[in-house]
Amino acid sequence: MNRKMVFYTIGRILLLEGALLALPLAVSVYYWDGGQLPLLLTIALSLGLGLLFIRLFRPDSQVIYAREGFLITGLTWVIVSALGALPFVLSGEIPSYVDAFFETVSGFTTTGASILTNVESMSRSMLFWRSFTHWIGGMGVLVLMVAVMPNLSGRTIHILRAEMPGPTMGKLSPKLADTAKLLYLIYIALTLLELFLLFAGGMPLYDSAVHTFGTAGTGGFGIKADSVAGYSPYLQWVIAVFMMLFGLNFNIFFLLLMKRFRAAFQSEELWAYVGIVFGSTALICWNIRPLFSSFSESLRQAFFQVTTISSTTGYSTADFNTWPTLSRMILVLLMFIGACAGSTAGGLKVSRLVLLLKNYRQVVRHLLHPRAVTATRFEGKPVDSSTLTSVNNYFALYIGLFVGFWFLVSFQPGYDGVSNFTAVAACYNNIGPGLNLVGPAANYAGYAPFFKVLLSFAMLFGRLELYPMLISLSPGVWMKK
Amino acid sequence: MRIILVGCGKIGVALLSALVAEGHDLVAMDNRQEVLDDLTNQFDVMCVNGNGADCEALQDAGVDRTDLVIAVTGSDELNMLMCYLSKRMGAAHTIARIRNPQYHDKSLSFLRQQLDLSMSINPELLTAQELLHILKLPAASKIETFSRRNFEMVELRLKADSPLVGQRLMDLRDRFKAKFLICVVQRDSEVVIPRGNYVLQGGDRIGLTADRTELWKLLKATGLAKRQARNIMLIGGSRIAFYLSKMLLSSGSNVILIESDSNICHRFADAMPGVSAFCGDGTHQELLREAGLSDQDAFVSLTGMDEQNLLLAYHARLQHVSQVIAKINHDEMVRMAEQMGLESVVSPKDVVVNVVLRYARALESSKGSSIENLYQLMDGKAEALEFVVRSAASFTDVPLKNLHLKKNILIAGILRDRKAIIPTGDDVILPGDRVVVIAGHRRLNALSDILL
Repeated sequence: MNRKMVFYTIGRILLLEGALLALPLAVSVYYWDGGQLPLLLTIALSLGLGLLFIRLFRPDSQVIYAREGFLITGLTWVIVSALGALPFVLSGEIPSYVDAFFETVSGFTTTGASILTNVESMSRSMLFWRSFTHWIGGMGVLVLMVAVMPNLSGRTIHILRAEMPGPTMGKLSPKLADTAKLLYLIYIALTLLELFLLFAGGMPLYDSAVHTFGTAGTGGFGIKADSVAGYSPYLQWVIAVFMMLFGLNFNIFFLLLMKRFRAAFQSEELWAYVGIVFGSTALICWNIRPLFSSFSESLRQAFFQVTTISSTTGYSTADFNTWPTLSRMILVLLMFIGACAGSTAGGLKVSRLVLLLKNYRQVVRHLLHPRAVTATRFEGKPVDSSTLTSVNNYFALYIGLFVGFWFLVSFQPGYDGVSNFTAVAACYNNIGPGLNLVGPAANYAGYAPFFKVLLSFAMLFGRLELYPMLISLSPGVWMKK
Repeated sequence: MRIILVGCGKIGVALLSALVAEGHDLVAMDNRQEVLDDLTNQFDVMCVNGNGADCEALQDAGVDRTDLVIAVTGSDELNMLMCYLSKRMGAAHTIARIRNPQYHDKSLSFLRQQLDLSMSINPELLTAQELLHILKLPAASKIETFSRRNFEMVELRLKADSPLVGQRLMDLRDRFKAKFLICVVQRDSEVVIPRGNYVLQGGDRIGLTADRTELWKLLKATGLAKRQARNIMLIGGSRIAFYLSKMLLSSGSNVILIESDSNICHRFADAMPGVSAFCGDGTHQELLREAGLSDQDAFVSLTGMDEQNLLLAYHARLQHVSQVIAKINHDEMVRMAEQMGLESVVSPKDVVVNVVLRYARALESSKGSSIENLYQLMDGKAEALEFVVRSAASFTDVPLKNLHLKKNILIAGILRDRKAIIPTGDDVILPGDRVVVIAGHRRLNALSDILL
């Protein structure tokens, strides 16, 4: 195994994190809110460590394989989060390191689950950093590294494949670095558009930036105790629509940019996603109609809650804990489905769901007609059996790990089954709020430190789609044969 | 430059890896998914699964934004068709591999014109030409000719008792009274562009440039000159053997061919009565002896298997055949050949890569000078390039000693009015000249790139 290359790449990521921390530092200097020194110290530490790693582990060969790709990805996310938690601890705003780690992992994995009991008492620079981690983690810190530091070998695809969500990884351009740049350009353009629309709708610039980061990364950290319920209906609509857009496969934006409209609108995943969102909205809207005075309000509440959960963002405009059981059930189901592959969202991903359903249809056909020869088609192309197998395996592992986390979290005293179930579901699928004790109006502060770490790892497993974390944590990979 | 490469076989992958290393944007196309999967893991390229003559697949590959389409699938007709289509769909340039000998007469130029092909490549023909060069100069392991054919770059390995060993380069020219330049030396695995005080050792692989007559003078003076091969034995009746026999016969050599397939033997006998074809297994030493192996000046093994070619060549060397050449397809085998003491190996892959790289560089190169020839030396660690200086530039009319050249750059020759000049510090480059430059560890697109 090319250990040097693993740590060398991590060194580069640390340099990048140091550079990214400059933005919250600027915010802190602007508001002079006491976050300067903690941020500065963290920047110094991450730059220092980064340089040290690059010095110590200058690789003899840049050749890496899938194993190194998974390891780099898994380790990067843990280390970046561990370092990113420091400003919160150093500034004393989140005194416990475990709490700060949970909060940072929740930020980078775009979960949005919080342990803060009083978010409005935090300083502006810390809240800014907290939300900015959503934006970085949404598209991925390694993708960013490939985009801005492209001079790595041609094998970086192993790293991106491990970080980018979805069953297969499609390149938009011949060079990986150009693909990464394109993805970030689309991402930045959409971010700026939302920022403008929010700002134009009367939201203060700082609030607009923070909420845009939360939407773009499909994270969901707010800066108000009632999330975004206090903002005007226009602003809520803007956020809801953008949450849905950021749940789309970025390839679709690329196709639109290339003026290949037909190809873009032929995407099966797109229509499945749109169908799921609109279908759920209609059902919930009908179900909660008696709770609200006007139709338009119940439509807005239903659409907002559906997009926030299905895109795995986690903002809320209503305490859906108090909604009827049917609506709550739909939301829990949406948690597991998630949004499209190749988006910034979490969950199982719509494309996997479609493939699973198609596969089951085939299995049933085979039971009825054992000699039938069938083929599965997706996005207009035949799907080879290895892709189907890998989707099936992923689903089995996904459920297995979920149950494992749920079982372990059950050791926490004082929490009921629904709370634990939705807490794990919300972390594992990178959403944020669950039901009952972890509902939109509550938070995760009540869990003991051990369970906070456990849930942090659930978030990392979910964001990186299981394998990178699983491989980084298996001792066999590190042993020399 | 954006390049679409269709057909990811042996030659396709070799081209892909060379072009990616040059920094181009590559789209690889093939209809075997498992091949494409391997490629994405190894190279930074985009892969499209499909048939190259399918418009939709070409569209997916972005043919309308492409500068160059290279078609190297196994079928000539498919290659031609897809080049034609891609040209129609907006590709700027196209290269097709066309290797059926039937297309290689008058019809080729007509085809090329009608299909609007920028270039057609025939790996077997190119390899045969390379083999012919080597056979003409037995002392060298590799020969490249530049324009006008009288200026050559020769690669040879020095034996420990060679008179060149132990001398400083600056003294060599006077000693042997020949005008030549040793421009690149490979010692162990390191490649250097030597200076005047460099001392050669036995075992060094050197590249030298000289005029053809001067080269002979040097070879005679150093005792390396050997008679041009007259009696040549070829093993394996491949297409390369077909082209090579034709060329050898027309230059008056005697050719013996050994091939196990009697149909192929008959085809050779029908097409070229001058070839003595033996039907039998070339690995049988008895047959080789019977065919007169020990009387041969040269032995070329051209079967489809590298291992067989190496062993056959080794056997021929043991029988004291003075010149032995093996065809090798896999790069890993080249090293093994060196360890077995076989210096002359020819790889069709490398030949094609040289030609295509030269073309791609020429497409990119700026005005004022253009690349006429490009050869990879010392397993790709250095390059020899021939530029044509079209107009006056900052480096023309300046004595070479006043030019500030980059490291690892050497001006190895200036070709002016049919004469080759081995340059000294006082020579100048004039518009209209052809300049041969040796570059180690770097790539050049234009002659102006040599300046700091």
